[in-house]
Amino acid sequence: MSYIQSLLIAVLVSVSSWSAASSTLNVFACEAEWAALAHRIGGDKLTIYAATTAKQDAHHIQARPSLIAKARRADLLVCSGADLEVGWLPLLIKKSSNNKIKPNAIGHFMATEQVELLGKLDKVDRSMGDVHAMGNPHVHLEPKRLARIGSKLASRLGQIDPSNNALYANNARQFSAELSRAERKWQPLKQQLAGKRLVVHHDNWVYLTDWLGIKVVAHLEPKPGVPPSTKHLSSLTAKLAKTPANAIIYGSYQDPKAARWLAKKSQLPSIEIPFSVSNWKQPTALIHWMDDVLKRLARATKG
Amino acid sequence: MKHIFIALVCASFVSVNAYANTTQTTVIASTNATDQLSPALPNPESIPAKPSTSAAQFKQASKKTSSNPDISLILDGLYASKDGSNELPGFQLAGEAAESAEKGFSLGHTELAISSNIDDKFYGKMTAAIHEHDGETELEVEEAFVETTALGQGVTIRGGRMLTATSYHNSQHQHAWDFADAPLISKGLWGNSHIDDGLRVSWVAPTDTLVEVGTEALTGRAFPSGEKSDGLGAHTVFANVGGDLSESSSWQMGVSHFRTKPKNRSAASAHAHAHEEDEHEEDEHEEEAPASFSGKSHTTGVSAIYKWAPNGNYKNKHVKLQTEYMIRKEDGNVSHGDHSDLINGTQKGFYVQGVYQFQPNWRAGLRYDQVQSKFSGEDEAIEEAGLDNEGMTPKRYTASLEYVPSEFSRVRLQYNKDESSDESDDQVMLQYTMSLGPHGAHSF
Repeated sequence: MSYIQSLLIAVLVSVSSWSAASSTLNVFACEAEWAALAHRIGGDKLTIYAATTAKQDAHHIQARPSLIAKARRADLLVCSGADLEVGWLPLLIKKSSNNKIKPNAIGHFMATEQVELLGKLDKVDRSMGDVHAMGNPHVHLEPKRLARIGSKLASRLGQIDPSNNALYANNARQFSAELSRAERKWQPLKQQLAGKRLVVHHDNWVYLTDWLGIKVVAHLEPKPGVPPSTKHLSSLTAKLAKTPANAIIYGSYQDPKAARWLAKKSQLPSIEIPFSVSNWKQPTALIHWMDDVLKRLARATKG
Repeated sequence: MKHIFIALVCASFVSVNAYANTTQTTVIASTNATDQLSPALPNPESIPAKPSTSAAQFKQASKKTSSNPDISLILDGLYASKDGSNELPGFQLAGEAAESAEKGFSLGHTELAISSNIDDKFYGKMTAAIHEHDGETELEVEEAFVETTALGQGVTIRGGRMLTATSYHNSQHQHAWDFADAPLISKGLWGNSHIDDGLRVSWVAPTDTLVEVGTEALTGRAFPSGEKSDGLGAHTVFANVGGDLSESSSWQMGVSHFRTKPKNRSAASAHAHAHEEDEHEEDEHEEEAPASFSGKSHTTGVSAIYKWAPNGNYKNKHVKLQTEYMIRKEDGNVSHGDHSDLINGTQKGFYVQGVYQFQPNWRAGLRYDQVQSKFSGEDEAIEEAGLDNEGMTPKRYTASLEYVPSEFSRVRLQYNKDESSDESDDQVMLQYTMSLGPHGAHSF
C-alpha cells in the first residue's frame, strides 16, 4: 500500500512540475542570433534553447537526440528557414511529433518569411552547389531586417501568449530604437567601408555587404557549399593580381585554411568574422555583435 | 489496489490534458485583452490557420506547398574482388545475404523513393529497390508506409512495410551504411535487413534527455519468421535514449527485443546448395523437402552511438563510433527428410566501428565484426537446418576510405579481411553511391 502511495505522489509531483515548467514559453531557436532576438523580445517570459552556435554551420547539423527532445517540448520554433535547416529541422519536427511547431502552426516562425530576401533564383540545379532557390537565408546580418523580424516575432509571441503581448511589443519597439541609435553611431564606419572590395569564403554575407555597399569580388568556394580547392584558389591568386581586393573574410564556423593560404599568396589580410552572437543571454548581444563585425571589417580593410 | 490504480490513471490523464490545453485556454480567456492592447493584430480566430498576414507572405507560403511528392533516386555500383564464398557457419542466410556475392563489376542497390505529406494528418513513403541477381532484375518494395503527422504529444503511428526497429543498423537504409556490406551479425540474424509489414507506435517523452519508446506488431513475413502467419507473426519493443555530452559530442543508446514463432522456416542457403547439386537429379530432389525449423525465436539487441565534431561543427571534421550487440535464442523442431528433431541454441555477435571524417571530403573507417552460433540437439538436424557452426567463430576486419565530394555523392574503397569461413578471404570493394533529387535528412 505504502509504495503505491509514494508512486502516486511521485506521479503527481512530476506532473505538477511538468505543468510548472510550461508557465514560461519554451522557445527553440535554430541559430544563436534568433535565441538572442527572442531573449531581447521575451526576456524571462521565455525559456530559450539555442540549437546551434556561431561556431557551427547551420546547414550541416545532425538531427541529434537532444534536439529532438528540445523540439518535443517547444511552444515556438524561431529559425532562419529558406532551406537553411533543411537537413535537420524537418526531421526534428517529424520525430518530435509536437503539433505546436509544425509548418503553418502558430509556433513555427521562420525569419526569412518575414522580410524581403536577396539572391532568389528561378532555376536551381545541384551542379550550382548549395544554393537556395527561395533566396539567401542569412538575413540576420542587416539591422533593418533584424528590427522587422523582431517586431514580427513580438506579434507572434503575443498571439501565443496574449497576457504578455504588451511587453513583447514594447521590447520590440525598444530593440528597433536601439538598432536605429546604433546605426547612427556606425555611420562613420559605414562610410569608411562603402566601396571596399572583399574576398569571402562563402556567399553568406550578402545582406551585410548589400547594406554596407561592399563589393564581393571573389569566393573561396568554387561553388556554394563546395570546399575550396587548390585549383580554384590558384585561379583566384591570378584574378586578384588583376582586380585587387582589400581583405579576405571567413565566418567563425568556416575552416580558415583556405583564407590563410590565399592571404599569404596575395599579400592580403585575412580575418575571421563572428557569424553570430557568442552569448545570446546578454540583452545587447545582437548590437554588440554587429558592432564587432563592423569594427573587424574596418580594421581589416584599412590598409 | 484496483481503485488506486484507476485513480492514478485518471489523475495522470486529467493532468496531461490540463497541460495540453494550457496555451489554448489562455488564448481564449484573454481575447479582449489582445484587442485592447493591439488593435492591429488579426482576429484570434484567424490565427491558427494563417499566422502571417501580408500578401507577400501568403505568396511565399503557397509557393512552398507544392503538391508534387519528393522523388529521389539512389544509384549504386560496386566492383568487388573476393573469393566468393558467402557462407556464415552457424547461421541460416536469408534475404539478400543468401544471394551469391557478385564478383567484378555489379550494379548495387538502385533505390527509388517517393515521399510526401499526404495531407495535414499523414505522411507517406515508398522505396523500391531494384537489383539484379543471376541475370534477373528484381523489383522489391522495400518500404511502403503511411505515418501520422498530427497526433501530437510525441506520438507517431506508422503502418505498412518498413525497416523494423530491431537494431540501429536496421533503421538505416543501405545507402546510409558506413560500409559497403552489413555487419556479420546483421547478415546472420536478419539477412542484412529486417523488413516486415505491420504497425509501429512510438512515443517521445517530454524530457530534456531524449527518451523514445515504441512497439511494432508485424506479420512475420520476413526471416527469421518463416512462413507468413495469418495474424500477428512477430513483434518488437524498443527504446532509445540520447543526449549531448558537450557542445562537441552527443550519444544515443538503444535496446530492442524481437519475438517470433517461426513456422516451417527453410534454410534458404542450405536449400540453395542442395538445389545446385541436385539439378540433374530432379526426381530425387522433388521427393526431398528442405529442412525447416518451427519453434520460437527471441532476439535482443543493444546499441550505442557516439558522435564528436570540434565545436559541434560536423561539416569539416567529425568522428562517429557505433557498436551493437545482438543475441538470439531459438528453441524448436527441425523437420528434415522423414525426421523431426528438437534443437535449441544461441546465436550472438557484435560489431564495433568508427568513421573519421578528417577533411571536408574524406572519411576513413574501421570495423571489427564477430559472431558465434551454438546449437545443441541432433547433429544431423542442426546441419540440415544450416545451423552447424563447423567449429568456427566467424570474424572480420574492415578498413575503408571514402571520397565525399558533397552530401549527394560518395566513392568508397573498402578492404575486408574476412575470416567467416575456414579460409581467410581478402576482399576489396570499390563502390559509388549517388543520390539524385531531394533527399530527406538522415536520423542520428
